[in-house]
Amino acid sequence: MHWNSVGEFFAMGGYALYVWGSFGACALLMIVEPFLARRRLTQARTILARERLADELDLQQKNS
Amino acid sequence: MRQSIVQWFRFASPQSFYPLAGRMIPWFWAAAIVFGIAGLWISFFVAPTDAQQGEGYRIIFVHVPASWMSMFIYLVMAFWAGLGLALNTRVSAMMAQALAPTGALMATLSLVTGSLWGKPMWGAWWVWDARLTSELILLFLFLGFMALQAAIDDPRRADKAGAILALVGVVNIPIIYFSVKWWNTLHQGSTINLNKAPSMAQTMLWGMLLMALAFWMYSIAVALMRVRAIILERERNTEWVKHALE
Repeated sequence: MHWNSVGEFFAMGGYALYVWGSFGACALLMIVEPFLARRRLTQARTILARERLADELDLQQKNS
Repeated sequence: MRQSIVQWFRFASPQSFYPLAGRMIPWFWAAAIVFGIAGLWISFFVAPTDAQQGEGYRIIFVHVPASWMSMFIYLVMAFWAGLGLALNTRVSAMMAQALAPTGALMATLSLVTGSLWGKPMWGAWWVWDARLTSELILLFLFLGFMALQAAIDDPRRADKAGAILALVGVVNIPIIYFSVKWWNTLHQGSTINLNKAPSMAQTMLWGMLLMALAFWMYSIAVALMRVRAIILERERNTEWVKHALE
């Protein structure tokens, strides 16, 4: 470990903006992307469930 | 032998791939997190300060993995797209479609982190240098692939058009890789070569490899999540999908 203080760690030898900017950009995009992928899956499931419900209602109407 | 080949083909059907992908996702997430924590620990607390670039060089721990992944994902995407074109297998085309946004993300991260590294070291956010320009073209290839697929209504035709674009674009990968050798560029040469010892400290190398593994596991996990959504979207009129959600 070569950091003498927490402040020194965050200062990154004067490169704070560039180093934290890079790691921050990666963290941000890599948190947002799985969230979007998850939402797409949930939406696909919701649409399917709705379609199935609509089919069932159709069938009930025909039978009655 | 014959039996095992048939086993593999079984997973080429969306019906059996959908649950398989679902079971694999948590393992890839777990691996991504473990490798990521180990990689970040080495990146910030073990790897020494660079003699020339001070602490600024630590950007390498995300820049190189993102750049590698952007190129590698492109090759995998073109492979699946080509396989789908040749064999008409549905899952291959869906896999190519699922990889494109993650590839675009990695290309974006490569350019953003590269720009954040270029400013303090070269004095410019961007230069029209061979390495940077060819990586920018890679980003446009990913975006072009996505736009082309989105623009064609019939999914099978969209797959074919996309596959041709992806395969033609493969020519850009060796251009990116060898750009630092072929042209006189500002970008530094590769730190890791197959035929000579890496030109960096052992701990830096380990940090970079662990981060690359983390990015790799992340890409697989997120692409599998997306391919599951694509399977449901495209197979919605089939019987198995109707029963799969019960």
